[in-house]
Amino acid sequence: MSEAIRIEDVYKSFGANEVLKGINLSVATHEVICLIGASGSGKSTLLRCANLLEPIDSGRITLWGEQITGPGIDQNLVRRHVGIVFQSFNLFPHMTVLRNVTLAPAKVLRLPRAEAEAEARALLSRFGLADKEAEFPDRLSGGQQQRVAIVRALAMKPQIMLLDEVTSALDPELVAEVLDVIRELAATGMTMLIATHEMGFARDIARRVCFLEEGRIIEDAPPAELFSDPKDERTRRFLGRIVDAGRM
Amino acid sequence: MDDNQPGWAAEPAAGLPADGGPPGSAPVVPGDSWRPPGSFARTGRGSRLLGGGRGGTVISTVSTLVVVGALAAVFLLAPGARAVEHAFFSPHAMWQSFVGNPRAGYYSVGAAIWLNIRMFLIAEVLILALALLIALVRQSTHPALFPIRILATIYVDFFRGVPLILVIFAIGLGVPALSLPLISSQSNAVYGVSALVLSYSAYVSEVYRAGLNSVHQSQVAAARSLGLPQRTALRHVILPQAVRNIIPPLLNDFISLQKDTALVGVLGTIEANKAAEIYSEQVFNFSSFTVAAILFLVLTIPLARFTDRLIERDRRRRLAGVTP
Repeated sequence: MSEAIRIEDVYKSFGANEVLKGINLSVATHEVICLIGASGSGKSTLLRCANLLEPIDSGRITLWGEQITGPGIDQNLVRRHVGIVFQSFNLFPHMTVLRNVTLAPAKVLRLPRAEAEAEARALLSRFGLADKEAEFPDRLSGGQQQRVAIVRALAMKPQIMLLDEVTSALDPELVAEVLDVIRELAATGMTMLIATHEMGFARDIARRVCFLEEGRIIEDAPPAELFSDPKDERTRRFLGRIVDAGRM
Repeated sequence: MDDNQPGWAAEPAAGLPADGGPPGSAPVVPGDSWRPPGSFARTGRGSRLLGGGRGGTVISTVSTLVVVGALAAVFLLAPGARAVEHAFFSPHAMWQSFVGNPRAGYYSVGAAIWLNIRMFLIAEVLILALALLIALVRQSTHPALFPIRILATIYVDFFRGVPLILVIFAIGLGVPALSLPLISSQSNAVYGVSALVLSYSAYVSEVYRAGLNSVHQSQVAAARSLGLPQRTALRHVILPQAVRNIIPPLLNDFISLQKDTALVGVLGTIEANKAAEIYSEQVFNFSSFTVAAILFLVLTIPLARFTDRLIERDRRRRLAGVTP
């Protein structure tokens, strides 16, 4: 398996607050990696850095061996290949579902409108949203909105998907429909880096799970190992709290 | 004991029986026998008078009649009522000033209002464009734009601080005095519109800026994360949402602009207010100003209703989920 994305010694601060303190991570093509850790541990920032939404302070990130951090990089070109889905959906509220999905293919890939719409409809119906194309986002449930957001990212045909706590803003009964979509993506071989609080899901889907604390990857292991026999004391403490909260 | 139950302080409020909780400690939950003191029903008759219910329409009609009647009585019974009626509401003078009579030395207020409308329409388009440009410059973060950003800030501070009528005088008297080719030989209406554009663009750019700031940063992130270049994201994602949010304040400014076209009359341009002034000086009757006021109302009220409709349509469309 070739290496899709590589993160080397990445540091990132917001003012005096150092959020990432030397992250090293490599994701192979078709690999699914889950990032777990408390809020504020740096999971979201790491994903946003990988999509170039946040510039990094030092270190480097490479895609298929080519460095994408630093000057002279076409950020928009990078983002075509690296899709990201956010916790709060961030659909465009003034556009219908169909326009949400076709905007980027039409404006960035310059697909003809008919073609962009045909592809969007195919994706929407694949994820059970065929009858929602004319709706505006605020008429949809959270689960439907998040599925549209995933479809919107997929419409750019990315090779890598970054998912930033995509179920954290959902009512409990809507979590499953979104997780099913991600499982289906994983089954098609999509390379994914997933920040999540759903430990059961992480155990099922991930080939590796990374535990982050205070901007560092504390432990990086296959899920069976990390969840049942964590090596590091901090991982054990974190998982203990999750179990105490009844979340695992 | 359910310690997730909010609202019950550890110390019992006055009047609560202290029979809950373990003996010897302050009770947290009131005992089984607790009942609210008295009834929750509203006492007194305050609610009926405030409308609502079947009596509402009757009450609002009566109160409207009382208020309008009182205002009319004050106006009609005032000692100078007849004089005011003659000076401001003479039907004959109103009609005369509305149609105008160049041979008698006065212009038609009804015809002059067209100049106000034309000045307003041209100024509005230019203001929308210039103000957007200023707002975008002020919102930009690129270091190369720093000097332009400073200039834009000074521009907005200056034109928001100087009274519009001074700007009109400065442009209308100053620019012709420069004796520049082309620029110095325009009509007073052109100078007036230029002054309106300069002054209003400063205000409207601040409205735009508020609108741009009202669009959440996550929308920018979502657009950019899809690979949309900044300009495309601005045009298709940020601006449409910003403009929707500022339609009411924008409309307010434009109603104001419609009225302020009357200030251009100080340069001698025959717009509605100037025409009314000339009539009053020739005929010694102020009814021409009433005509001008009515004409301005005829212009501004439809604009206000139109925008209300736009806002309502947009709201309904998004709630109904129907394609435009």
